[in-house]
Amino acid sequence: MSSIAISLLDLEADSPVCLEADDYQKRPGKWCAGCGDFGALNAVKRLMAKEQLQPEKTVFVSGIGCSSRFPHYVNAYGFHGIHGRALPVATGVKLARPELDVFVTMGDGDCTSIGAGHWIHAIRYNANMVVLLLDNNIYGLTKNQTSPTTPQGYASMTSPRGAVLPALDPLQATLGVSNASFVAQTADWVPVHMYATMQAAYEHPGFSFVRILQRCPKFTPDVFQKNVENPDLTELLVHENGVDVPALEQLFKARRVHDPLNIDDARSLARRSDMLRLGVFFRDDSLPVYEKVRAVPKVSAEEKVARLNKEFERYAV
Amino acid sequence: MSTADIKSVECMEIPEHTVEIITNSGEGAQKCAQIFGQTCAKMGNGVWTVEIIPAEIEPPHHTVTSTSGNIIRFGTEKITNWGDQSKLAIAFNDQVLLSRHRLDSLKDDCIILLDSCWQQHEDEEIRRMYEEAMDEMSTKNYRFVLVPIEEEALKIVDNPSHGKNMFALGMLAEIYQRDVSIIEKQIAHIFRLKPPKVTEKNIELVKSGIAWAKENLDFQFRINSIPFDEERIVMNGNQAAAIGAIAAGMEMCAMYPITPATSVSHELSEIIESYGGMVHQAEDEIAAAGVAIGASYAGKVALTVTSGPGMALKTEFLALAIMIEVPLVVLNVQRGGPSTGLPTKVEQSDLLSSLFGQPGDAPRVVIAPRTIEECFHAMITARRIAETFRCVVIVLTDANLATGVQQFTRPPLDVRWQQGAMDQSPVPEGLRPYEWDLETGLSRRIIPGSPGGQHTVTGLAHDEDSLVSYHPSSNELGMKMRSRKLAVFQSTLMPPELHGEQEGDLLVVGWGSTEGAIVEAVDRACSEGYKVSTCQLTFLSPLEPGLKEIFSRFKNVMTVEINYSDTPGDPYINEDSRRYGQLAWVLRAHTLVDVDCWTSCPGQPLRPRDIYTHIIAKLEPNEEGVAA
Repeated sequence: MSSIAISLLDLEADSPVCLEADDYQKRPGKWCAGCGDFGALNAVKRLMAKEQLQPEKTVFVSGIGCSSRFPHYVNAYGFHGIHGRALPVATGVKLARPELDVFVTMGDGDCTSIGAGHWIHAIRYNANMVVLLLDNNIYGLTKNQTSPTTPQGYASMTSPRGAVLPALDPLQATLGVSNASFVAQTADWVPVHMYATMQAAYEHPGFSFVRILQRCPKFTPDVFQKNVENPDLTELLVHENGVDVPALEQLFKARRVHDPLNIDDARSLARRSDMLRLGVFFRDDSLPVYEKVRAVPKVSAEEKVARLNKEFERYAV
Repeated sequence: MSTADIKSVECMEIPEHTVEIITNSGEGAQKCAQIFGQTCAKMGNGVWTVEIIPAEIEPPHHTVTSTSGNIIRFGTEKITNWGDQSKLAIAFNDQVLLSRHRLDSLKDDCIILLDSCWQQHEDEEIRRMYEEAMDEMSTKNYRFVLVPIEEEALKIVDNPSHGKNMFALGMLAEIYQRDVSIIEKQIAHIFRLKPPKVTEKNIELVKSGIAWAKENLDFQFRINSIPFDEERIVMNGNQAAAIGAIAAGMEMCAMYPITPATSVSHELSEIIESYGGMVHQAEDEIAAAGVAIGASYAGKVALTVTSGPGMALKTEFLALAIMIEVPLVVLNVQRGGPSTGLPTKVEQSDLLSSLFGQPGDAPRVVIAPRTIEECFHAMITARRIAETFRCVVIVLTDANLATGVQQFTRPPLDVRWQQGAMDQSPVPEGLRPYEWDLETGLSRRIIPGSPGGQHTVTGLAHDEDSLVSYHPSSNELGMKMRSRKLAVFQSTLMPPELHGEQEGDLLVVGWGSTEGAIVEAVDRACSEGYKVSTCQLTFLSPLEPGLKEIFSRFKNVMTVEINYSDTPGDPYINEDSRRYGQLAWVLRAHTLVDVDCWTSCPGQPLRPRDIYTHIIAKLEPNEEGVAA
């Protein structure tokens, strides 16, 4: 379906074929019924259709885990790599081909545990990509082990008497890294917000980190239950430079105008545990983007050989 | 002791000499040796240099563990290894000299130019250490010449530690009648980023070294060079690999600092951007592999450079590259192991881990350059293989090649090596991402940007469509296809060439950087009538063809390697328990021939004399049948 659409696009540049959201789905997701990953996939498909992304010029990179199966279900190029290492691969893709649209999907174990080292440095590189942390607070694919974001006291197979340590907060961690340029949080039970957040993330020129709070129907079905049942426990951060969805005004009474350029407020809001906050915590479009600062002019093969021959003079006997 | 009033200079013409410069770390031995070695090479001499460096940057001075130095063997003919012992040494103090004496590095009649400032030093402890050192070294017939190195340097610079090396260089220039204009050019190049005054001071120091030697030394050596009309270049193995990477069209080098591989990235960082490429210093070894694989997946020619401990960290990523058939070149500049081991020293201990270091069956190509010249060409070969066979190619060099300096024919460059941008034409409908040719295992590489080619590569077992598949037959097919590629590649290789007769009593098999020392030892044995030949393997996975047939023409086969093997006759070591050298292990399994080995892991290159001794021991075992 899509390959036909694309070849038409190439042949008839005057009348481009419009791709619908479903054209971006390669095959049905094989997640459990009720998995938050479906919501993320839907939002991504809608975003791709909205932006009319060319499937052959879009790359989805992932690690290992339930959420890392994501690329298999998207009509784009996909790289389903190894546990915790999606970000280095995505960085390599972006450095090699800055013109490609790059998306990264990671789970909480993938990103904040085994891949934590890469996470910190990828934030600092600030390569232009959309990075989705599909955070269900648990290791799902390996069947119910505590992850760094599992709430303290929450029981799992590896912490049968409850997680002993306070959960790691990916927002605070990300906001603490030099050159962090876009940090947002959204949730699988507010799909309109998730879509709007992804839209903002895509528009941001840099490393757009979006934490998606989501439920694992098998192991953490109730982890956000209070917030799902009572919208008053959630505060939306709204701003013209962030995310502001008028349709949500009815449902969410707690709204705070927060300028995402203000890093101090962003950090302080991320640190507060009085309410759950959704929205863009921080966004600065002016920070250096790695593949841009590293860009060098292309050199022809003949010129390279000429330069290399000159280089040999330095070593000539 | 010298300094005669009326001096008659004796100039001996000799075919070759080996010189050591021995200093405290941080006193510039490497710079001095680098310039001297380059000068010899530029004057047409064969050269081989070996660094002696501690892993620390500047350990406490004036101790036997602070030794930093360099050995330069140079001669009229081509030089292929560091030889047996040094014949002339310049030592900045007695303690660093003592460390070389204890390693038996100095020839019995070695001429030693030692700084005179320690003998009568005001510090009693230093005088005592000096006396004890001289006493310990009195077992040899070293010819000591006391030279006021520090005193002379102080006449020109305030800090002698930043000047003695150039004074020493001046003495060497006079002793071996080097062309001073070449030395001056080298100095100007090395200090090109510093103020001109630095170059001037250094040249002044060299000149004062020359003047002192002229005035005070009564010997000189002449080492002629054979005129040549081809263009030659001189560099170390890491430089050769770096330049080779650019010649091979590599545009992405992702790395993490690790000794002794790092200088490859120094060289690349300096120039690669003017070739449209980049060096990415990753946050760790794993990420370096990941970035290289991501770049290669997206169509760039990518390289990652590391050493043993880094290889260990990259293991999982290399398996992924093999599984998804993304081309990747990995340069492993081997050092001593295991663990942190001997970071600055040579060893050939990563062969087995390079062959088998991945979980599951993960066939890859492993090649080991034998010379510095081959470090250059290996990069071009490696890229070609990696792309043709969509596989991982590991290039195994070592600390000996990395820092050794040698001259070789300037390689002609080929513009086709630079072929860059990957084909992004539309993928014909129905073409599958792993449409393996069932005979060869080869398939078309599809990269992002090719319309209609959208698929997801995965480290999970997959079928031709790159779909995750747990089906027994698709897993077996994938294994078979990935392995088949190696057999196809092997079918393009020639059997190794033998040095020496095509049959005989003993075949010595080596790999990588040991070639020069092995050949010298074998030639020595042959000249005494022994029937010994040798071959040096470059391709280790797949192995070069015809080995079993070649081995059948010799009564005995043994490997010589710089790694560990158990010594027969040691406690508990018998035929049942003995662990063999790494190449021997592979060759025994591959050929079913009872391949013996002599290996050693002293943290330095092998000496021809030691190899010779063990060749003879193999040919003429003593009563217990044990090598002497």
